[in-house]
Amino acid sequence: MRRETIINAALAIGLLAIPLWAHVTGEIFTITLSTRVAILALAAVGLNLALGLGGLISFGHAAYFGLGGYAMGILAFHAQNYDPIFTWPFVFAGTKQMLVIWVVALIVSGLAAFVIGMLTLRTSGAYFIMATLAFGQMLYYLFVSWPKYGGEDGMSIYLRNDFPGVNTLDPIQFFLICYVLLMLGIFVSWRIARSPFGLALQASRQNAERVETVGITPFRIRLAAFVISGMITGLAGALMADLNRFVGPTMFSWQTSGEIMILVILGGVARLYGPVAGAALFILLEHWLGGVSDYWLAFVGALLLLVVLFARGGLIGSLAGREVAHD
Amino acid sequence: MTTILFIEQVLNGLQFGVMLFLMAAGLTLVFGVMGLINLAHGSLYMIGAFAAATVSAATGNFVLGLVAALAAAAMAGAVVEIAVIRRLYRRDHLDQVLATFALILIFSEGTRWVFGSFPLYLDIPEMLSGPVTLPGGIEYPVYRLFIIVMGLAVAALLFWLIARTRLGIQIRAGEADREMIAALGIDISKLYTVVFALGAALAGMAGALVGAIQSVEVGMGEPVLILAFVTIIIGGIGSIKGAFVGALLVGLIDTLGRTMLPLVFGSFMADASAATTVGSALASMLIYILMAGVLIARPQGLFGAAA
Repeated sequence: MRRETIINAALAIGLLAIPLWAHVTGEIFTITLSTRVAILALAAVGLNLALGLGGLISFGHAAYFGLGGYAMGILAFHAQNYDPIFTWPFVFAGTKQMLVIWVVALIVSGLAAFVIGMLTLRTSGAYFIMATLAFGQMLYYLFVSWPKYGGEDGMSIYLRNDFPGVNTLDPIQFFLICYVLLMLGIFVSWRIARSPFGLALQASRQNAERVETVGITPFRIRLAAFVISGMITGLAGALMADLNRFVGPTMFSWQTSGEIMILVILGGVARLYGPVAGAALFILLEHWLGGVSDYWLAFVGALLLLVVLFARGGLIGSLAGREVAHD
Repeated sequence: MTTILFIEQVLNGLQFGVMLFLMAAGLTLVFGVMGLINLAHGSLYMIGAFAAATVSAATGNFVLGLVAALAAAAMAGAVVEIAVIRRLYRRDHLDQVLATFALILIFSEGTRWVFGSFPLYLDIPEMLSGPVTLPGGIEYPVYRLFIIVMGLAVAALLFWLIARTRLGIQIRAGEADREMIAALGIDISKLYTVVFALGAALAGMAGALVGAIQSVEVGMGEPVLILAFVTIIIGGIGSIKGAFVGALLVGLIDTLGRTMLPLVFGSFMADASAATTVGSALASMLIYILMAGVLIARPQGLFGAAA
């Protein structure tokens, strides 16, 4: 077995075993931390698809994370206030069903990624980074200036949404939902990486001209990848909103985009389980350093700087050795 | 809307625009010459504002504060360039983004550690406070007028520097062909440090000037940084002229949109509060819509070289 496969298995089992153990010993807080790891990792799995495989440096993935969050927030807000979202052609009163919320989150963030991708993928390099960052900020300001859904203060959802046959208020059961979705997300990105589509995507990153000469349009491949990437991150946003039972415009902030990107980088770009390693490391740092100093983000910054300057390949890259999917 | 209010808003937009230009000029210079995308430019803006607030509070002299802002931002820029940034020129954009994002975290948290989380205040000097009556009977704050004049003067100085001086020739040559100017015996790494420090000084100056009308706090730089990115996308990357036109466009459209759109919607919508809501929500998106339009019509920006 390859070293990376062993590390991946250890991460997958560890992320499941730790909260189960915490459930047995009654440490609710550890379960919540693990749930955060799973959700953030899912958001980063989404970005990793665009960034790692496609080389599309999106600094605006907070847009999809936030839209997923607000999809949950708005649907549940209307349901809990018995205030229908629309009454024509039929009455839709919002919903507290996670399954419906997830579908809406996937569609909304997918549509947003399609529009933003159509615009930003016309550019490349530094332009692409700046444009994605700017569109993320646009949505931030839009939701800040939209008083109906909380404006700057965001809005709270009193009860976590429902999932058939599951008590979602039980921390371990909600964790398992998030864990299963994370594994599904990883499975999807594993399948994509090996599919003809994924190969074309990676080839467009490495040499777009050659891809074009064999009759594939890099723009369409990239756009499709960008949309799928945004949808996965959007789903993670809906889960994060459900975990916190709160949505606010900070989900859209450029810091959120930066954090999702840090997760990918700390774990290792284009590594299948890089997002999981990155999210686990980030949450551990937040937990440990946050206890030591209020300025823990400065240490994260210093660590990130060292990783970028000296340890390309991130955590999994340093543990598993030679980079495999990075050119 | 009255004409007086309109002219006031145009002046406000102009003031916002010239400040954006100071930010965007540094970013676009650094990108043009070194090919570097620098997210930490907003931190230099913040450093300028904090230096100005601290020094002018200690000495009671605004001009000293301004000088301190320029010096502190240029120093910070030069140190960062030598310690970190110059390792990034040969790296790809991802590494540049990450490393400069890391610098934001370090600068922001470092500043919070030194100055605390509470905002500082920078007082407008006696001489520049109060309103002035412009021709046509318009009352306008002297300080904002001062910012417009300073911004335009710096813009003119920058155009002169780039078009007429030896440093400007080196900068333009650096944009055109790096290897060649190195071969001609110009110390390229010194040139890079100077250009970076120059960009930093412009950002620091913008921070100090704006710091007197807003509060000086951690995180003040990044919203401006993102607007400067919008400016650069509209104007075209690497072009000072593009940065100037883009900055004025963004400043005017954003400011005028915020006052006029709610009024426009109010003129045909029955529900006044809904009109205000829709108008101000749309106004907050206006410059991004402009940016989207530019991306569709001219992805390389208004003054950018064709790709």
